[in-house]
Amino acid sequence: MLYVVMIFLWTAILLYLLLGGADFGAGIIELFTSDPNKSKIRKTMYRAIGPVWEANHMWLIITIVILFVGFPSIYTTMSVYIHIPLVLMLLGIIARGTAFTFRHYDAVKDEMQQVYNKIFVYSSFITPFFLGIIAGSTVARRIDTEATNFLDAYIFSWFHWFSIAVGLFTVAICGFLAAVFIIGQIEDRQERERFVRKAKTFNIAAVFCGGLVFMASLYEKIPLLDWVFGNPVGITTFGLATISVIFLWRLWDTDKTNLMRLLAGFQITMILLITTWKHYPNIILLKNGNSLSLLEEQGNAKTIDALGWALLLGSLFILPALICLIYSFQKPKEKVKRQFEN
Amino acid sequence: MNDFIAARSQMALSLGFHIIFSCIGMVMPFFMAVSHYLYLKTNDVSYKNITKAWSKGVAIFFAVGAVSGTVLSFELGLLWPKFMEHAGPIFGMPFSLEGTAFFIEAIALGFFLYGWDRFNKWFHWFTGVVVGVSGLLSGILVVAANAWMNTPAGFDYVDGKYINIDPIAAMFNDAWFSQALHMSIAAFAATGFAVAGVHAFMILRKQNISFHTRSFKIAAIFGTIAAVLQPLSGDISAKFVGKSQPAKLAAMEAHFHTEKSASLIIGGIPDVKNQKVDYAIKIPGALSFMAKGDFNAEVTGLDQIPKENQPPIAITHYSFQIMVALGIIMMGIAFSYFIALIKKKSWLQKKWLLKLFVFATPLGFIAVEAGWIVTEVGRQPWIINGIMRTKDAVTPMPGIQYSFYLFSAVYISLSIIVIFMLYRQIKMVSQLYDNPENS
Ligand code: HDD
Ligand code: HEM
Ligand code: HEM
Repeated sequence: MLYVVMIFLWTAILLYLLLGGADFGAGIIELFTSDPNKSKIRKTMYRAIGPVWEANHMWLIITIVILFVGFPSIYTTMSVYIHIPLVLMLLGIIARGTAFTFRHYDAVKDEMQQVYNKIFVYSSFITPFFLGIIAGSTVARRIDTEATNFLDAYIFSWFHWFSIAVGLFTVAICGFLAAVFIIGQIEDRQERERFVRKAKTFNIAAVFCGGLVFMASLYEKIPLLDWVFGNPVGITTFGLATISVIFLWRLWDTDKTNLMRLLAGFQITMILLITTWKHYPNIILLKNGNSLSLLEEQGNAKTIDALGWALLLGSLFILPALICLIYSFQKPKEKVKRQFEN
Repeated sequence: MNDFIAARSQMALSLGFHIIFSCIGMVMPFFMAVSHYLYLKTNDVSYKNITKAWSKGVAIFFAVGAVSGTVLSFELGLLWPKFMEHAGPIFGMPFSLEGTAFFIEAIALGFFLYGWDRFNKWFHWFTGVVVGVSGLLSGILVVAANAWMNTPAGFDYVDGKYINIDPIAAMFNDAWFSQALHMSIAAFAATGFAVAGVHAFMILRKQNISFHTRSFKIAAIFGTIAAVLQPLSGDISAKFVGKSQPAKLAAMEAHFHTEKSASLIIGGIPDVKNQKVDYAIKIPGALSFMAKGDFNAEVTGLDQIPKENQPPIAITHYSFQIMVALGIIMMGIAFSYFIALIKKKSWLQKKWLLKLFVFATPLGFIAVEAGWIVTEVGRQPWIINGIMRTKDAVTPMPGIQYSFYLFSAVYISLSIIVIFMLYRQIKMVSQLYDNPENS
């Protein structure tokens, strides 16, 4: 059962990165769009993410619940030493979720819309940025459980070039995912081309930020190069990711939108795999050289069993419903209606 | 403000904020399902308009409920890491099941809000019902976690170690039933009265009378039935607290001295120094009856509880008084409404009845907040009753007061925006929903 729980944990993180990421990305694209096109883009994006955004963010909750039920010491170590970015991320989540809903459901459409828009786009940037910082700090060996002063314990645990680079990288990935996802939702040619351009830009940005992450890791003496290129799994996944990028770039002008999404999703999966594989089962690397390992920090065997069953049982309900949701809102209104009436 | 007080205040603020939105998120889907059903059965578009108008309001509450809930699941660790380190694996079961319930709720909500005219109408109606049922279920599950803090179960505590953990037994702890029952009914009572009050106000202002009259009736019926049941379930809770948490009961009642045939104290100002309550109404024997079901039974007083294990008496006592007083007022209003519905139809046209409901708009939610203060403050100084002290659970990180100020600012601004949006929502009813050409 421990392995079932670990697979769920990894999958929940991946799905949050993919689905939640596309969701954040929609706001990031809006942030980097020049004014005249904004309202059009906003409409397209609302149509694409409106029905699914709440469900997308459930993956974060599942991740957290798995952590505190199954691996409490990992959850509490994070809560204590990366408290500040966690709070900033939470503020981002509050601001974003509410602004997104408010701007759509406000019965009067007036200047308040501008306020909601501003909050929405900035928090769409901030939230994944801090998410990246949190991810970066878990492996950076800067969390110091023996620290005696405030700065070492609560600031430098997360405030360093590596995690900042990971934060930027996460933002770029989100924008990229959103653009690729939305391309498939558009019928209008011109509109579509605009998003293809955006997808390309964000893909380049992601590669660039990926470079920054490597540079920062050298500077901060984090053995990232070794994790990626020092073992066959790392090399293979890196190779596959690169090949899929090349494939993707040949598809931009075709209408194989689902294949494009698949490739983009595949790239992100590979990236998560590379970054977690080498130090598995350790998920928090501490400054003193010790690590918190999923295999050793499991809370309690009986609890893990119960948790595993709860997750398995839950996914029996959730997955079909979720697929049905995403599928039904993919298609134009009339088609779906006909299908359900018959 | 020291870090410990700041952490407690932040927790209380976040939970007190979340509870309002989660109650509405739990209960409104049922109201909508009824009006939606009436629309599908009668084809009367005004019911469709009511459903749509409500669903817009609810979407706003859902979003705020979801984000504040997400914050809570992090805050448990951010503020109380020592607690979560031990409690997580023990009381985690309801949370992991709750995850499923939330997920289903979020999915069904997507179907419901965006599914008008897309799907078979009964399928669409059904997704609305699923939202309500899974919301209620998640409320019941999360209360199991809180009940565990009151009556810890499912482990043995030996030499400071938590062993023989059984998450299933922890979930089915003693307090769960009484708390979940009381909480679920409270959600219906509070939301029902709040919604009915707003619509009653609009009827009194003679705006869109047919729309508001219909909405009022649905909400009022739910709210009043719950308000009558609430004191009954409160009695079950009180008996249970008397048995399992004598210190809490003593604080609720400001009951200083252990005695037989203890009197129920209504109102009054507890004087902790001199161990007495000034200016109170005393009903002899009633406390014994409330707590034990027997007018002569002995009720443990605060004198039997070591000073360092006593909860704050004044806050607990006042909050309990407020909850009970409001519960009785709401029950009274509920009975007048029933008389009006069954016997005296003419009352339904009377202004005073509507005015009563307008007056009662916030009462349910005030009672909910007061009730939670009773439960949580009354458990102090324990975070896990009898096992772990709250002050031993708090995060070692200094500076929590800044985080408290930050979250206070955020929650205050959010509340203002939500009220502002609701005001706009209601103001627009005449243009959006009560217009025959527009439906
Ligand atoms: C509409 C709201 C509402 C109303 C009218 C009442 N309550 Fe209540 N009460 C709650 C809402 C609530 C609550 C917020 O839902 C609590 C907090 C924890 C819980 O399980 O329910 C609660 C807790 C609570 C507790 C503590 C339970 C515990 O700590 O385990 C007791 C003893 C009572 N209630 C008793 C009553 C009585 C005797 C009432 C008589 C009128 C009453 N309540 C009305
Ligand atoms: C939503 C309704 C709830 C409200 C309004 C509420 C209210 C409060 C209040 C007022 C406090 C502060 C008590 C004090 O410091 O004197 C508190 C503390 C706390 N509550 Fe609740 N509570 C609620 C539900 C829950 C639930 C469901 C859980 C658990 C899963 C929970 C866990 C805690 C914890 C961990 C603390 C901090 C430790 C403590 O003070 O004992 N609460 N809550
Ligand atoms: C007695 C107290 C509580 C009750 C009755 C309650 C009930 C609910 C309900 C019905 C919802 C869904 C409706 C909505 O989204 O508005 C909700 C949302 C949520 N609650 Fe609470 N809750 C309570 C306390 C807590 C606590 C202590 C936590 C965390 C530790 C929590 C975590 C969440 C989360 C994560 C969500 C968002 C789920 C979503 O996206 O739909 N809740 N709560």
